[in-house]
Amino acid sequence: MSALIELSGISKSFASVRVLQDISFDVRAGEVHALLGENGAGKSTLIKIMGGVHRADGGEMRVNSAGVTFASPRDASAHGIAVVHQELLLFPDLTVAENIFMGHAPRTKWGALDWPQMRERARALLDRLQSQHIDVDDRVGALSVANRQRVEIARALSQDARVLIMDEPTASLVEEDVQQLLSIVRMLRDKGVGIVYVSHKLPEIFALADRVTVLRDGARVGTAPIGELDERKLVSMMVGRPIDQLFPKQETKIGVPLLELRKLAFAGVVRDVSLTLRAGEILGIAGLIGSGRTETALTIFGITPATSGEILVDGKAVSIRSPQQARDLGIAYVPEDRGLQGLVRPQSIQENVSLAVLKTLAKGGLIDARKEEQLAKDSIAKFGIRARGPRQIVKQLSGGNQQKVVLAKWLATEPRILIMDEPTRGIDVGAKSEIHALMSALAARGLGILMISSELPEVLGMSDRVLVMKNGTLVAEFDRADATPEAVGAAMTIANASGEAA
Amino acid sequence: MAVAGVLNNRRSGLSRLFEAYGQEFVVLGAIIALFVIVGAVNPRFLGNNNLVNIFSGNAYIAVAAIGMSLVIITGHIDVSVGSLIGVLATIAGTLAVEGYPIWVAWFVPVLVGVVVNTFVGALIAYARIPSIVVTLGMLSILKGGLISVTGGTWITNMPPEFFIAQARLFGIPAPVYFMVILTVLMAFWMRYAGLGRAIYAVGGNLEAARASGLYPERVCVLAFAMHGFFAGIAALLFATQLQVIQSTVPPNLELTVITAAVIGGVSILGGTGTVIGSTLAAILFACISSALVFLNVSAYWLRAVLGLLILATVLADMARRRRHRAGGRL
Repeated sequence: MSALIELSGISKSFASVRVLQDISFDVRAGEVHALLGENGAGKSTLIKIMGGVHRADGGEMRVNSAGVTFASPRDASAHGIAVVHQELLLFPDLTVAENIFMGHAPRTKWGALDWPQMRERARALLDRLQSQHIDVDDRVGALSVANRQRVEIARALSQDARVLIMDEPTASLVEEDVQQLLSIVRMLRDKGVGIVYVSHKLPEIFALADRVTVLRDGARVGTAPIGELDERKLVSMMVGRPIDQLFPKQETKIGVPLLELRKLAFAGVVRDVSLTLRAGEILGIAGLIGSGRTETALTIFGITPATSGEILVDGKAVSIRSPQQARDLGIAYVPEDRGLQGLVRPQSIQENVSLAVLKTLAKGGLIDARKEEQLAKDSIAKFGIRARGPRQIVKQLSGGNQQKVVLAKWLATEPRILIMDEPTRGIDVGAKSEIHALMSALAARGLGILMISSELPEVLGMSDRVLVMKNGTLVAEFDRADATPEAVGAAMTIANASGEAA
Repeated sequence: MAVAGVLNNRRSGLSRLFEAYGQEFVVLGAIIALFVIVGAVNPRFLGNNNLVNIFSGNAYIAVAAIGMSLVIITGHIDVSVGSLIGVLATIAGTLAVEGYPIWVAWFVPVLVGVVVNTFVGALIAYARIPSIVVTLGMLSILKGGLISVTGGTWITNMPPEFFIAQARLFGIPAPVYFMVILTVLMAFWMRYAGLGRAIYAVGGNLEAARASGLYPERVCVLAFAMHGFFAGIAALLFATQLQVIQSTVPPNLELTVITAAVIGGVSILGGTGTVIGSTLAAILFACISSALVFLNVSAYWLRAVLGLLILATVLADMARRRRHRAGGRL
């Protein structure tokens, strides 16, 4: 079978961080080629290179054996390559037909939009996708996620896509919709479309894929026909590496319970979560994106206050309805998204670091400028923030240094309970180990750290205990000694995992 | 990376100052250039009378632009400030004519400004109506209400001690003191007061501000309340600078005030800018409009020139930011 698209020796760096190195990958007509890897392994970058969003720094890409370079997504689709994005890029206020033909609508000979033809062809495309129930005149915003996804697939097919790249298509679908989607994918495959299928869900991979390629840290671990693999083998390909040297959690005496959750719940996305965090302990929470980990953190921190259940700090029941209350109880939250909840990016390091402690720094409403500057200078020294000085604008710092600023800001509140959500996402390896060392030192000083991470090696290397979350609730607990990549990975991904319930 | 670090270390303190206050320097430079060029063409431009006219006659715009800057930095906008100033000026004049004590005629408009805009801020913060919608509504209500009540008549015969804007101290007109002192105080307040800092934080990243334990809703209401205070002072200066108050809304005043804030370096997206910049920009406008007169250019060109100025300064600002982003990343 010939390859529809073939990549060889592809590499890509952003700033000075290498995200892909010497990747070879191909998709043949009539196959589903699964692309696997942890978050940050380089899958999305690879997809974006094939889809024309990014351009590779090195290597070759061939479509139907002819060398190509894509300057834009439009170039890629002209070569028959279409991407169904995870975050469905549709126009909610336009109709189904308009969305399908956005940018390449059929025209009348006068150059006007040919509405009858557009609606007719949209109808035919949706019928091909077993979606007779979707009306071409419906507003896309009124459709369910599953139906919007079909519109996006129809949009790809309307451009005669021969390679269809699907980025975690089932991440936000309920089980019934998943099955229907899988059958659509099989149908397309049988018609000769080559499909790149990205998913974390191993059962889907085994149900669907013909071949699997695993990426890790921007490099290809291997490509193999699905028949030669089993779940354990795949998980170990994804995470397997000597992790203990990379993540040095110091041995610390575990002390008294600082934070206890009892059947904590929030609006159906956090269900029945009970856990205990002790002084000096790093408690890791593993799980897939969307499993309710971040939502649990937001609930503890009072951004989305609990709808039921209890929170205990130092053994006393407390009510946390706002971040202010959480802060005053000695809880700090280093958020998942630095840009969204962590930093005021147009402001300086000094102004960001002092933001959560303005009250303590102020006398009679006026900030003590000298104290503030001292705090910023101390933070820069203590956290090894590489910057020109306390007045540098945060936006200009690298990701790792921005993360250190967020950490410094929250440690300025002198918390005893630190919640860190994806503490090292998007950070290069050097800064990563610096942040890990900082976490370790903080635990040694008696802080309790609740760490949410999608990177298994990080969870396994840093945590004293590992909790696994799925569908909004805790499904397994492992002690440091028992937390093997295979066991935790299995609990995260495999339905009805055998791990003991927490 | 290493190269960038070396370059950064070599950058002088002046260039850092320029990075932080680039827009303010640009505006200041433009003012100086105007004085030099127009003064050379027509020396009367630099005459005492004209300088008084430029600085004193337009101080109320600078004062209003301070409040507008607060609102825009918080991430909002107010298109009703011109109407509010018209209403408050009319209130001041009417109270003075009706024989109330002068301090009442001075104090009540400021109070009304604070109350009205506190209400506006609360609608925006707690009812979550976009500020452009709330203030468009206020614009119509105030403008329509004013014309209906007064019929657009002129208010005259205010007692002589009412005209605070005509007072002088050491030969300098009172409005100049108002403009300078309020600008300096507010520049200091915004840099060193916790609340001033909160305004930048809320405008720069509302979610981060909330997560840091600030109360974005309160900050929004407070910014609008202060904006109301400055609108009140501006109305007072406006009402007392001439012997008559025309009880209508000064045309395009809100646009002039917003333009001053933006040209002064306040980002329309919120989060950045200073009141020093907005005041300098208000002075720049005054200079330009006066210069057009002295250069015998039709006053109708003023609007067009201001429009060009907005586009030019925003472009210059973007270019400056891009250069710093390219060179300043560590």
